[in-house]
Amino acid sequence: MSALRRVWSVGLQTLFAKELLRFWKVSVQTVVAPMLTAVLYLLVFAHVLEGRLDIFPGVGYTAFLIPGLIMMSVLQNAFANSSSSLIQSKVTGNLVFILLTPLAHWEFFVAYVAASMVRGLVVGLGLLLTTVWFADLQFVAPLWILVFAVLGSAILGTIGLIAGLWAEKFDQIAAFQNFIVMPATFLSGVFYSVQTLPPFWRMVSHLNPFFYMVDGFRHGFFGVSDVPLELSLGICLVTLTVAAVIALRLLASGYRLRY
Amino acid sequence: MTTDSGIAAIEVASLVKCYGKFTALDGVSLRVEPGEFFGLLGPNGAGKTTLISIIAGLVRASSGRAAVMGHDVERDFRAARAALGVVPQELVFDPFFTVREILRLQSGYYGLRHNDAWIDEILQGLGLADKADTNMRALSGGMKRRVLIAQALVHRPPVIILDEPTAGVDVELRQTLWQFIRSLNQQGHTIVLTTHYLEEAQTLCGRIAMLRGGRVVALDATSALLRRFAGGRLLLRLQGSLPPALEPLRLGIAATPALTTTSSSDPGAASTQVALRIDDYAEVEAMLAAIRVWGSRILEIELVHTDLEDVFLRLMAQEQTP
Repeated sequence: MSALRRVWSVGLQTLFAKELLRFWKVSVQTVVAPMLTAVLYLLVFAHVLEGRLDIFPGVGYTAFLIPGLIMMSVLQNAFANSSSSLIQSKVTGNLVFILLTPLAHWEFFVAYVAASMVRGLVVGLGLLLTTVWFADLQFVAPLWILVFAVLGSAILGTIGLIAGLWAEKFDQIAAFQNFIVMPATFLSGVFYSVQTLPPFWRMVSHLNPFFYMVDGFRHGFFGVSDVPLELSLGICLVTLTVAAVIALRLLASGYRLRY
Repeated sequence: MTTDSGIAAIEVASLVKCYGKFTALDGVSLRVEPGEFFGLLGPNGAGKTTLISIIAGLVRASSGRAAVMGHDVERDFRAARAALGVVPQELVFDPFFTVREILRLQSGYYGLRHNDAWIDEILQGLGLADKADTNMRALSGGMKRRVLIAQALVHRPPVIILDEPTAGVDVELRQTLWQFIRSLNQQGHTIVLTTHYLEEAQTLCGRIAMLRGGRVVALDATSALLRRFAGGRLLLRLQGSLPPALEPLRLGIAATPALTTTSSSDPGAASTQVALRIDDYAEVEAMLAAIRVWGSRILEIELVHTDLEDVFLRLMAQEQTP
């Protein structure tokens, strides 16, 4: 118990709470708006493609699309939270109030990534509750739904932290989001099964870790997926480990924080 | 507040900081004793903020070491930072929160969960009590400056560094701030101050270090620094010219303030105002005799004692002309 208290210290809890408050105070922008965007995607794509595509046996296109859209929102919002919080604090200079404190680099990491996960999962849950009425969704393996949502949000929260450390202006964060995160999420099988792609693009998709996050998450709903669940789980764990090691090393070295 | 004897509030030894080819700090060593009110002076670019940033852990030294209350700022950073409160020079704030939220969060970062009694005391002392629930964005510049000071104090640090805390602050607020900071010093907190208002440093600081080009050029008690340049300036309004023998003592326009007295004697005559450097008051008699013998007439005379500004200007001038 005391070991847990040492790790989950008051300082870490406070930084985590501050990060939660930061996005919650502007929740229309950080929670409601992404949900609305995803619902619009659903309405348009479902209207156009429902009945024209049969991806998994017995699963309609709208039902197929909903988990993909939820995971896409989880990933994008987890990334946005840590990256935007960090770049805002760096540009406005108020990050100094955290850098002056006795918080260790790993506490900084845990607080920022955990808050990003919460934002991603809140948006994802809100979207699930909003869209569940649009199709006959199944929940074959709820545990895997949770596991992949948690892993995906942790990975993107960590990548957002790395981007926030690297960037020195808002422009660079926007570039990271638009040229890396957005294409990777759109090309991860959110709107289609990668099995329907030509061989080359199928191979490219298999190199995209976002694909495994979406595929594993969707497996939790329907019990079927493009690749084995174990492969998706393994690749997510490896991706999280690599991203976390990079982020922790950057934080420990004071990269672009302590000159 | 009690401190272990022998442990310095701040100790830096042979501190060097290089940014590429530029050396911001060039072997700075100094020691600030517990309970001191210590001044850190120097022109822009002297290295004051770099030195403070290294002590605060915001910048990493190229070589040398720094410690706060005996805790190395790198190896024992948690204890060093817990012992230190820093008021940054820049007017930075988090626009998402109210003053009270900011202070509660800042307390939490230092591991303090229930700190509202002390927060209320700080708010009262800094005249912020009625702004506690106001968002930071809605505060004036002076109020934001007070919040910066409050943030540095939430964890009751034994050592407080104020980096130009009164820059751009009106006279009334400046007085309030100094009253509060002085009372903290009387309670035993060590205060380190950087300021461009030298009269503030002269009034408040018991000891002063002067930096130039990343080096300490003077480190002494304020009174000793003032004594080091005993004497002052002799301000004269002359009818006639200054004897050539006194020309080497003549000070520039910056050191020649207007005479505070007014004289109606001989208003129509052409006059010259000069300031002469006095290293010893005994020289004054000889100076006046030389002017009389030269044939010039003294219309007005005023003696200005040495202040910290004179010491500062002379030290900086000495360093510029090795």
